[in-house]
Amino acid sequence: MGSFFHRHRGLTPWVLLLPGIAWLAVFFVVPLGYLGYQSLQSGTFPRYQFDWAFVNYTEAISDNQEQLIRSFVYAGIATAAALAISYPLAYWIAFRTGRWKNVFLVLVIAPFFVTYLIRTIAWQTILSDEGPVVDLLKTIGLVAEDGRLLATTLAVVAGITYNFLPFMVLPIYVSLEQVDRRLIEAAGDLYASPVRSFLRITLPMSLPGVFAGTLLTFIPASGDFINAELLGGPNQQMIGNVIQSKFLALVDYPAAAALSFVLMAIILVMVAAYARVVGAEKLTR
Amino acid sequence: MSGWRFVKRHLLGVVAVLALLYMLLPIAVVVLFSFNNPAGRFNYVWQSFTLDNWLNWNAAPGIQNALETSLLLAVLSSLAATALGTLIALALVRYDFRARGFLNFLIFLPMSAPEIVLGASLLTLFLNQSVFQLGFWTIFIAHVMFNISFVVVTVRARLVDFDRHLEEAAADLGANELVTFRKVTLPLLAPAILAGAMLAFAISVDDFVITYFNSGSTITFPVYVWGQAARGVPPQVNVIGSAIFFVAVGIMLAQAVVQTRRERRPA
Repeated sequence: MGSFFHRHRGLTPWVLLLPGIAWLAVFFVVPLGYLGYQSLQSGTFPRYQFDWAFVNYTEAISDNQEQLIRSFVYAGIATAAALAISYPLAYWIAFRTGRWKNVFLVLVIAPFFVTYLIRTIAWQTILSDEGPVVDLLKTIGLVAEDGRLLATTLAVVAGITYNFLPFMVLPIYVSLEQVDRRLIEAAGDLYASPVRSFLRITLPMSLPGVFAGTLLTFIPASGDFINAELLGGPNQQMIGNVIQSKFLALVDYPAAAALSFVLMAIILVMVAAYARVVGAEKLTR
Repeated sequence: MSGWRFVKRHLLGVVAVLALLYMLLPIAVVVLFSFNNPAGRFNYVWQSFTLDNWLNWNAAPGIQNALETSLLLAVLSSLAATALGTLIALALVRYDFRARGFLNFLIFLPMSAPEIVLGASLLTLFLNQSVFQLGFWTIFIAHVMFNISFVVVTVRARLVDFDRHLEEAAADLGANELVTFRKVTLPLLAPAILAGAMLAFAISVDDFVITYFNSGSTITFPVYVWGQAARGVPPQVNVIGSAIFFVAVGIMLAQAVVQTRRERRPA
């Protein structure tokens, strides 16, 4: 074996790569091809035939405009809210917690260890009509006597924000952690105010983390259906709910497949535009 | 003046602690309601304290089966993904070849695509063939697929900092490539490989969306929870959720404390 590798040194990486890359090719790349193939079929379950039915795409967009727009609005608001919550938290852990840093990091990751569905159901409990939160809000008049928190946009967006918070905190923390403290001291020595040295040094150096965090939050948020299903009502349905029910309940595979591609295409376009605006090439170098 | 100064000084800390409380609140609720004795089917309102749910954690029909399926899947799929992912990471870091940039991109894609698209596309593959019936093994295939990338990223991060002089020293002392790999490379990489495997295990146990699309009639723990959600989740779900949480956080806290101690000691 050793001598085989010696004679064919150029082959070694391919031998190492083969099993894993083959797995990804067959079960990730090929399925995307099948999804495309399925999205251009027409007919009714269980007999679909492939006939370049591009009409599936125009219908996918026109029939689901409302859910499409709602998904990206919800995802956008949730991403912004997650950023507003995460940045101070990540900053505090990186700069103020000293040697307890690792313990606080564990607390940030902790929600990951309660199954996604269970944490969302916990929000159902917290926001439920008989729960203390609704009671309190009714007493102080923020919620009407017959009002509720479940089945509202607020509940769904808050749920999405909550569920992806660690994805936002961690990358921001990592980039803040890498900021050279001596630069901040130097700025202070040169009479820069703390605000100014934050704006000129810390903030720009943490932007790669902000970039990664917003993508890690926005992408899964826009395809999410769990929060809308468990915390929302019929008026909070997102595009994920439509894809899910078309695939698994209505067995309208071509429409569901076309819609999946529409979702992915919109995400790609938005990510590309975002990367251009913030100058991702500069950030990831 | 001094009041304003106090606020200014501690504002960041207050905001950070509030954010942490927001993150931990649902966990507290999950744990708390694992001790509840619900009046009806819905475990939403606090009634009275009981240990029954913990003592009879498998009393809810189907829950033990679902948990066992999840754990078996997580063990098998994380082992497979760790093996495949570690090999890819070795190839990507150790060798220079033309397709490397493209392969890095290919590894990155499954982590960045929305889960629903991954689940849906894999389902269309399985629907259009007759080799695999939807069930345990199609979930296994899916879990290995999305976990490979996470293992590659974890192991690669460690490999980049790897001191290759150690391997050269082994070679100078007459070890061949295989012995060097077994005696030097592998032990030094072991923590990263273990971290990759644990990450894969955790993601596998937690995955719902991709699993749900490709599970057929096989029920994993998250699929079970989803099925119960409409009818009222039994408190045993809280028990298992809390138990998984305590085990995982216990392991991580122990690691964090060890690391903190090590950093405190002068080198």
